Amino acid sequence: MKNEGKSAQRPDNTAFTQQRLPAWQPILSAGIVIPGFLIIGLAFIGIGIGLFLTSQTIQVQEMDYTGVEKDSPCFRCTIPSNLNCTCEVTFSLSTLFTGPVFFYYGLSNYYQNFRRYGVSKDYNQLTGDTRYFKSRSPEEDCSPYSYDSNNNPIVPCGAIANSIFNDTFELYQIINGTKKQVPLDGRGISWWTDYNIKYRNPSPVNGSLAKAFDGTVKPINWPRPAYELDLTDPNNNGFLNQDFLVWMRRAALPQFRKLYRRITDGDYAAGLPAGNYSLTVHYNYPVLSFDGRKKVVFSNVSWMGGKNNFLGLAYLVVGSLCVVMSVVMLVVYAKFKFSDDDDA
Amino acid sequence: IYVVFFYFISSEERHLRANDREYNLSFMYANNAIKTSKYNVFTFLPLNLFEQFQRLANAYFVFLLILQLIPQISSLSWFTTVVPLLLVLSITLAKDLSDDITRHKNDKHVNNRKVEVLINGELKSEKWMNVQVGDIVKLENNEFVTADLLLLSSSEPLNLIYIETAELDGLVTETLIKYTISILYISGEVRCEPPNNRLDKFTGTLTVRGETFALDNERILLRGCTLRNTEWCFGLVVFGGPDTKLMQNSGKSIFKRTSIDHLMNFLVMFIFGFLAFLCAILSIGNGIWEYQEGNSFITFLPRADGANASLSAFLTFWSYVIILNTVVPISLYVSVEILRLGNSYFIDWDCKMYHVKSNTPAQARTTTLNEELGQIKYIFSDKTGTLTQNIMTFNRCSINGKSYGKKKIDFSWNSLADSKFCFHDHKLVEAVKSGSPEVRAFFRLLALCHTVMAEEKTEGELFYQAQSPDEGALVTAARNFGFVFRSRTPETISLVEMGVPTTYELLAVLDFNNVRKRMSVIVRNPEGKLTLYCKGADTIIFERLHPLSSKLMEVTTEHLNEYAGEGLRTLALAYKDLDEDKFEEWKERHHEASTSLEDREAKLDAIYEEIEKDLLLLGASAVEDKLQDGVPQTIEQLAKADIKIWVLTGDKQETAENIGYSCNMLREEMKEIFIVASNTAEEVREELVNARKKMSPESGDEPPIEKSRFLGKKSQVVEDEKVNGEYGLVINGHSLAFALQKDMQLELLRTACMCQAVICCRVTPLQKAQVVELVKKHKKAVTLAIGDGANDVSMIKTAHIGVGISGQEGMQAVLSSDFSFAQFRYLQRLLLVHGRWSYLRMCKFLRYFFYKNFTFTFVHFWYAFFCGFSAQTVYDEWFITLYNLIYAALPVIGLSLFDQDVNDRWSFQYPQLYAPGQLNQYFSKMAFARILLHSCYSSLILFFVPWAAMCDTVRDDGKDIADYQSFALLAQTCLLIVVSVQLGLDTYYWTAVSQFFLWGSLSVYFAVTFTMYSNGMYLIFTSSFPFIGTARNSLNQPNIWLTIFLTTILCILPVVAKRFLFIQLKPTINDKVGSTPRKVPRRRISTRRSGYAFSHARGYGDLVTSGRFLRIPVKTRSALFPHTDTTLYLYKKNM
Repeated sequence: MKNEGKSAQRPDNTAFTQQRLPAWQPILSAGIVIPGFLIIGLAFIGIGIGLFLTSQTIQVQEMDYTGVEKDSPCFRCTIPSNLNCTCEVTFSLSTLFTGPVFFYYGLSNYYQNFRRYGVSKDYNQLTGDTRYFKSRSPEEDCSPYSYDSNNNPIVPCGAIANSIFNDTFELYQIINGTKKQVPLDGRGISWWTDYNIKYRNPSPVNGSLAKAFDGTVKPINWPRPAYELDLTDPNNNGFLNQDFLVWMRRAALPQFRKLYRRITDGDYAAGLPAGNYSLTVHYNYPVLSFDGRKKVVFSNVSWMGGKNNFLGLAYLVVGSLCVVMSVVMLVVYAKFKFSDDDDA
Repeated sequence: IYVVFFYFISSEERHLRANDREYNLSFMYANNAIKTSKYNVFTFLPLNLFEQFQRLANAYFVFLLILQLIPQISSLSWFTTVVPLLLVLSITLAKDLSDDITRHKNDKHVNNRKVEVLINGELKSEKWMNVQVGDIVKLENNEFVTADLLLLSSSEPLNLIYIETAELDGLVTETLIKYTISILYISGEVRCEPPNNRLDKFTGTLTVRGETFALDNERILLRGCTLRNTEWCFGLVVFGGPDTKLMQNSGKSIFKRTSIDHLMNFLVMFIFGFLAFLCAILSIGNGIWEYQEGNSFITFLPRADGANASLSAFLTFWSYVIILNTVVPISLYVSVEILRLGNSYFIDWDCKMYHVKSNTPAQARTTTLNEELGQIKYIFSDKTGTLTQNIMTFNRCSINGKSYGKKKIDFSWNSLADSKFCFHDHKLVEAVKSGSPEVRAFFRLLALCHTVMAEEKTEGELFYQAQSPDEGALVTAARNFGFVFRSRTPETISLVEMGVPTTYELLAVLDFNNVRKRMSVIVRNPEGKLTLYCKGADTIIFERLHPLSSKLMEVTTEHLNEYAGEGLRTLALAYKDLDEDKFEEWKERHHEASTSLEDREAKLDAIYEEIEKDLLLLGASAVEDKLQDGVPQTIEQLAKADIKIWVLTGDKQETAENIGYSCNMLREEMKEIFIVASNTAEEVREELVNARKKMSPESGDEPPIEKSRFLGKKSQVVEDEKVNGEYGLVINGHSLAFALQKDMQLELLRTACMCQAVICCRVTPLQKAQVVELVKKHKKAVTLAIGDGANDVSMIKTAHIGVGISGQEGMQAVLSSDFSFAQFRYLQRLLLVHGRWSYLRMCKFLRYFFYKNFTFTFVHFWYAFFCGFSAQTVYDEWFITLYNLIYAALPVIGLSLFDQDVNDRWSFQYPQLYAPGQLNQYFSKMAFARILLHSCYSSLILFFVPWAAMCDTVRDDGKDIADYQSFALLAQTCLLIVVSVQLGLDTYYWTAVSQFFLWGSLSVYFAVTFTMYSNGMYLIFTSSFPFIGTARNSLNQPNIWLTIFLTTILCILPVVAKRFLFIQLKPTINDKVGSTPRKVPRRRISTRRSGYAFSHARGYGDLVTSGRFLRIPVKTRSALFPHTDTTLYLYKKNM
């Protein structure tokens, strides 16, 4: 029942129960805030300058080849009946484009982040698990690219895979009127984790990858099945095709660019020398129907990645604002410091 | 007719026969087994879940879950809802389960206790649960009372028993109960009231061998008590198990809600509307997008349902309801409960609110009202036992027109004196010693006319058991002056009169009650002379005096005025010699009246009235009751915190006024103290209006009423009016009764609320509640009622917050209170420290909680414009699941449990710091709107800075980084860091615990993120963790971290700048106090007058006369002694 004893009910006298925990009470005093703003402001300006200058050193060569304008080289390819259309985009570099040069293709107004587009894939299938080739894992939704009209299972299923970007490019340097092909390196353009862990090919049946895909059909928009994506390199096929991997990493925003190739080999290891270039485009990918745009981008990178002036400018602006703010606060503080002593 | 009669018995009245199981069983009364548990093994899960799903929050979860199961709508995986739902459900489930297991164990333990039951004339040991109504049980010392028993006999002389009522009210109170029938093998029949929950009332009759006796509460031994100092007793089971008063009492209590609760509910409703609004915008956006672009995008994403824009918009609406559901923070309610519970524990744990003397810690009995403690505007306090100690000492007296009591005297000449007693007048001793007959009669009266019990364990060591402390004080006084009350039997009272043992025959006790306001005894002295001794309220006694006493009455009245002026509580004493014949005749009629079944009380009162007349005045006594420690300081502190204090007391006006002065409520420096004491409604109104005009000449005749309609409830709120200077108001019960009438109550409210202090005297318990209700209804203010007695219960229950003083008047106030402690002075700690902190913490919690959830959610809103309004989430689904549950849960709990802006010493030093709570400054609709804007800003930064930084950029090896998964990781990391830094900024009090929570949560975030994005998790749960490698590939990029840093700075620095500028430009009280720590000179506490109080309650009148007056009418126990108004003194003053 009851605890006898003089102070049986006395609460524990500890710092915790008595709410006397040792503590530090930060106060927004002028001595901390004003110098703090100044220091942060200066630091930001410093970082901003660094970022901006770095960003300025990055060379970018960007060309829209959608062919909207009638006089643009690829206009004729925009006519839907024109299959296997090829067009040529030329450009010239006035200075050396320092290597390694990265060759991107870019799309705008393309909603890879559309929810129902984004969920339309099957990761179980893409790990090479053949159980999910014919049946579908319950928590994934490949529709409407799960089965074709004959009810054959599509592998790889889903809208993302189906809509893979299929324009191809060849780059030539024009030296004295002759075209010299610039070697493009398509190896290792996807994330290491994607290539090595996330995506796996099914185990070949009798040494043949194609046999593993037996009983399935290719995605509707694909000209060839998955195991024949790259006819030149047998190891670049199936779910481990680099272009496929790059495409499957869907973009966050409706305007994006994806790595197509790297220019690292041969005469171009140090970069693209100044001169005239010609880009041959095998124009297959229709974007005009939804007012999309296609472009190619040549760019090199720095420690801060690709060219992006925003960060540098933002740091500069925020830093300057901080400095201005610290001055404003100093003025306000000096003006009101004495008045609040009177009426406390 | 027979059927009707039977029905009457079984439903209205309980009918049972002692020792006749067969007969009793026919009524199907509940046996003594109790069941407090709610569930059994099979019903637990379904019943508990059913209960839980009745809660709105859980039902909302289920609604979301159903939406998520529709594939066209589901924008989030099912687990985002199921995980938190399961967590909330299982926490509640676990809590309920452990509670119920405890209850089961207790039930089993209690039901299996053994007791001796008389069966067929033999005592047999039985389990409690097998005891039936009508059984006779034998209890031994220190045993628990088995059921509600009718007491039959006990081992102690006079057949008294002692009990401890611990389980009933948690305090050791020794009470006496009396025995009636000493025959064990009775075959009595009991008829009594049906089971009910009134602890202080019992009505019934006992019929033994054709004779009928009345039974009342004094004969009932309640389950839940423990037998003490009594060898054994026998009792007849009247109510068993669930029918006992204890079990009937453990029902539901009134559920109080705080103003923050109401505001929160309003805001949640608003947020629901807001959510619908956001979703509507987005679904319209979706419709437009589908119409303009989606149609064409069909090339890459054909849809089975076609490109129907309106259908798509409709589905999108629901998809966004799922995604944006985090604006309605369901975990809010759980978190609020947790932090209130935590803050309640801090109250329970507070050493500075622990009273060593009575071994009583403070107790938060209701754990849902804490923050309201920081918003109190009006305190309604009882006086006796709350402001005062309720320990009475005999201080002054007037005997035969002579006033005594100024200097300290020595009682060493009397060997039976109480050593603690002191009295300040030697003349009185002289008078006693010299044998003045009036003086002797005076003390003889005090020694005889009471219902005190004496215990003399060893020779000369007397111990008095008195129902009220003042009775004890009077008897002790008589004892010290040589009229020692030694013992009593039902028929006699033994005194030692100046050393001579004398035994008086006790013929009748005319006990005290509220209406009579007096008590009398009729005794026969050893010489055979019959005398009636009477003591009571002066006005009552004076009305019944013999004309011979009129002169003495005038002198005594003067003395009484003087005593009351000093704040003492007074009683007038009178006597009358009786005629033997007349008495015999009276006694017969008295017996008749006391056995009548109808109107017993009224008849008895009439009989009493008959004999209590033509009294001869002896004099008057004055008893003091000192203030509790620290009351003036506390009241001053509370006044400085701008809390208005109203004292509602049953005391006389002078006494109350003096108390007002001595406890610093009324102060010398007050401009004026208005006294309203009129006899007609018109006069009262006039006085109130005059007082108001004086305080504020420009105040209009019409009260400044602000009518508001809120959720269909109409409310009339009287606004505060400006007053120059401080005023006080004293109003007596008579005037209060007029003032509380419908047409005048607003007048009263206006006037009273303009005053700093209000004292209402001679107030009944009902009026107390009415006053509280009045303020509660017409003022936008939080009220607190504090009291210690049964008469305060109504007020404690009415006020927003009820505080009980666990003191001497029993525990009823505590039982119905929300907070309880032992001393009034702890109130300032409860309000100024705990209340303030709780309010601050709650408001901070709410502000931060809404901020973090809105910010979290709004980012989705902005993203919608970039993803075709497709209800694509910005963050990883797991982040959405765990954000409120893990990442951001503990830090905010830490903030709201440990934060303090100033420590307790400063809270006391600057009571002004309490004001923001009263004005609702820390959390209001305005504050909410500001949070909304702040969240809007933060979410814009949180979305558009990463958006701009990631646009068209790549990793430093040229690979992808602007992909959806990296962007999601970046956005969620930015968000979490921003809200964490914001939390640190909001925390005033950086303890190790809160820092641990903050940094711990951040590191848990990174740990969990890296784990979930690891190879292993992907290989095991492929489709659940598709974010594999994202953390590794993006968090090693400098531009990612530069973006995070930029976002954080952009979100935080404006807040810092704003706060800094506000401190300079518009400093709050906190800022001022924070910047200038300096001593404030204490206000001098007025010591001009001393404060006293007095109380009186109905005694053991029927108990001490038991043998003779078996059929004592059933009376309700009184509250304070002199209840109605005596304006006698006022007339004099006004003349």
